[in-house]
Amino acid sequence: MKKTAFAKKLLAGAPAAVLALGLGPAAAQTLVISNWDGYMPADMAEQFEAETGISIDVANHATNEEIMGKVTASGGKGYDVIFVSSPFAEALDKLGIAAKLDHSMLPNMENLYPEARELSYDEGLTFSMPYAWGTTGLCYRSDLVSEEPDSWMDLLDPSDDLAGKVTMLSTDRWMIGAAALAKGYSVNVTEEEKLTEVKDLLVSAKEDLLAYDDTTFYSKLVSGEASLVHAWDGWCNYGIAENADIKYTIPSEGTDLWVDTMVVMESSENKEAAHEFINYILGADTHKWVVENILYKVPNKASMEALDASMVETYPNLGMEPAAMLEYEMLRDVGNAQKDYSRLKTEVMSAQ
Amino acid sequence: MSARIPRRRDPAKLFLGGHLWLVYTFLYVPILVLMALSFNDLGLPTAWGGVSLKWYGELAQNDAVLRAALNTVIVAVVSTILATLLGTLLAFGVERRQRRNNTMEALLFAPMIIPDIVLAIALLSFFTALNFTLGLHSIIMSHVVFNIAFVCAVVRTRLRNFDFSIVEASIDLGAGEVTTFRRVTLPAIFPGVLAGGLLAFTLSVDEFIIAYFTAGAGQGSTTLPMQIYSMIRFGVTPEINAMATIVMLVSFTLVFISQRIDRKAISQ
Amino acid sequence: MYQRLRTFLFVGPGLAWLTFFMVVPCLLVFLYSFFERGVYGGIVYDFTFENFDRAFDPLYLAILLKSAKIAGLATLIALLIAYPAAYAIARAPAQRQPVYLFLVMLPFWSNYLIRTYAWIVMLNREGLINRALLDFGLVGEALPLLYNEASVVTGLVYNYVPFVILAIYSSISRLNPEIAEASEDLGAPSYKTFLRVILPLTLPGIAAGAVFVFVLSIGNFITPDLLGGGRVQMVGNLIYDQFLEARDWPFGSALSLILIGVMMCLLFAQAVAVNRSAEGTR
Repeated sequence: MKKTAFAKKLLAGAPAAVLALGLGPAAAQTLVISNWDGYMPADMAEQFEAETGISIDVANHATNEEIMGKVTASGGKGYDVIFVSSPFAEALDKLGIAAKLDHSMLPNMENLYPEARELSYDEGLTFSMPYAWGTTGLCYRSDLVSEEPDSWMDLLDPSDDLAGKVTMLSTDRWMIGAAALAKGYSVNVTEEEKLTEVKDLLVSAKEDLLAYDDTTFYSKLVSGEASLVHAWDGWCNYGIAENADIKYTIPSEGTDLWVDTMVVMESSENKEAAHEFINYILGADTHKWVVENILYKVPNKASMEALDASMVETYPNLGMEPAAMLEYEMLRDVGNAQKDYSRLKTEVMSAQ
Repeated sequence: MSARIPRRRDPAKLFLGGHLWLVYTFLYVPILVLMALSFNDLGLPTAWGGVSLKWYGELAQNDAVLRAALNTVIVAVVSTILATLLGTLLAFGVERRQRRNNTMEALLFAPMIIPDIVLAIALLSFFTALNFTLGLHSIIMSHVVFNIAFVCAVVRTRLRNFDFSIVEASIDLGAGEVTTFRRVTLPAIFPGVLAGGLLAFTLSVDEFIIAYFTAGAGQGSTTLPMQIYSMIRFGVTPEINAMATIVMLVSFTLVFISQRIDRKAISQ
Repeated sequence: MYQRLRTFLFVGPGLAWLTFFMVVPCLLVFLYSFFERGVYGGIVYDFTFENFDRAFDPLYLAILLKSAKIAGLATLIALLIAYPAAYAIARAPAQRQPVYLFLVMLPFWSNYLIRTYAWIVMLNREGLINRALLDFGLVGEALPLLYNEASVVTGLVYNYVPFVILAIYSSISRLNPEIAEASEDLGAPSYKTFLRVILPLTLPGIAAGAVFVFVLSIGNFITPDLLGGGRVQMVGNLIYDQFLEARDWPFGSALSLILIGVMMCLLFAQAVAVNRSAEGTR
């Protein structure tokens, strides 16, 4: 039985693949969307098509950098909507790759928290639409740590029993952010002397590190390979879902407020449908459904208020209020200082 | 009374044999572990939950993987055919010339030593500069680049022992250039061509970075290595083990078949 | 004239393909390396040597050296594993040799990413090797086997050793067995026969295998990425980071060119060495 189903699927795929091979874009009303793998409900595309008649082709990227690399090279050609974190959205706008959003086509924007419309990287949401937001902190196995962590130094200079069992995010911005916060600096710090201090701290932290990990740290916690990891709050929830001993905390020195956004490509030939997609996501029910699936906070007031109380109980960080999040600084594109950032990261990565 | 002289075991031979088996252990244990895990109901490397086909079932439901597998086959087949054709002609042309042309040698060597990531970026910039729509076809064009070089290299080793005077003889006897190539040269070097083609096919099925950068947007041009990479990066869904098992069994079967054909071709 | 046309008929299409899809794209990269990164990524077309200035910073040279060290180590270990194995196969009864070789090459034909992933399963703290060591009471606490230089080298050796065995085997099997016999008949002990006769004659196979491992290892990006856990920085990852994370294409291009240059030099040196040794044995 299974074999025939398998064969049928292969056959069903063949004509489409042949079309793609020969002709490139086949139907006009197909939206190409690139998102992190597993960052929206698996049947989102089907639901959207059933509702609007517009089909979606979902591509995946593992990291912001991957999709940025592709899109900066090609000017976003081929994609209609991509999901990237706020500093990257900001860069896309400055590069002229992001399209201006037409708010008249996005009536569901009114569901957003007022705070979510006045985010420093894009005040008034002219080129990006927030999809999910949250903080960056420490995610840990409460049954494997002797003391509850409460400082970035617990990650950067772990106690003996945690040495070799901690991971850090590998994207330069968050890696540097952790050390900058530990030193009491801004997450967008650019002064040379401060960056040198940050570098020294990161180099010494590397000794006790299991790995730099942007994508599988929660499963390392679940398996017990790691006891304490540098994590985005929503991703920590993936771990909590599998092991109730896993907890999330924001270190006392503070954190950054990050926003994952949806950006329409200027080169898109389906801008109207792209707006329709974004508006669909912002619907109170859809966005709530997203939360239930990906376990991240969304900046959608209507959705968050409709959320089942048991969700917040299981995943406490879902209950964080926007006002509390906005106390933290946002990552901004650092422009020319990016060269210093990547050199700093290289120094850390190549240190013994 | 036994007059048997105890057979002296050559220690060197013993060492060599033992070493060879260690090498096989090294090569096969990781693969067999993955295969065994794919039948583990729990899907974990650390605990055994009984034999199950659960992960294969889930894999069969995964449309993205099936689509990617199909895309990979298309890319590999088309790029192998093109590269084998161009690479074989190239090898013949180069080997028949008496003088070595250093520029040509460098050109043929370059695709093998340029790091994948560099070729990937270069091709992406190139396609973008031409305002070329990306898709499976751009992956194919890119894969042909390094495949030509490998096919050519393999066929050339075969041609080293080839006596070009029979080509001249055939042409002198009035057979055309094309006929001679088809009837005289090709049969003689066929095992080399086949080996080159097989290598090209494998490299293309395996290739990840260049495919990633030269692929168009969306599932339509996602290949299996791209899918596998994203699965590995996103960790530990046990479906990976099932997929690994299938991918390995398929490639092993293909290699096995091609070996049979190869042996036939040699014995003919 | 006719001869030229004929050569062109064979060589032309392939060369055209390589020119169009390799030379021209690489020239583009060459050009990029003389421009500047835009403030937000992208390229500003102002001519500059700055990227090469930056690339010759000791920091990046150190990474290049470290990559060479890792690649060199992988090459050495692969040779040490491969030579006796190839020798054993070449000494086996003739009808069994194809089977032995086939078994060596078989893993090589499966997916590179999967073969690398298998080592994550084997080596991680909760992985198979640690589990076995703990269960047999050989260690008290799980060892940090993964995410270090050793695991990267292991991955590289694992992936490339079959090819080295093949290359050395083809070299050994071409030897005329009478040479070794002659040497032994003349009273040379077998280790001397090996060192003075067999080893030099199989040098081309060793060189081919070594170059293969070294070249593929030094520019490797996937193995350090997956098995190094980001803690092992090789030049491939450095280049990847410049193009993707830093969006500094001009600098990434400059680094790429330097890497290609280094490889060209190595290959040239290898070609010279092989030619010399070939002349020496003649």
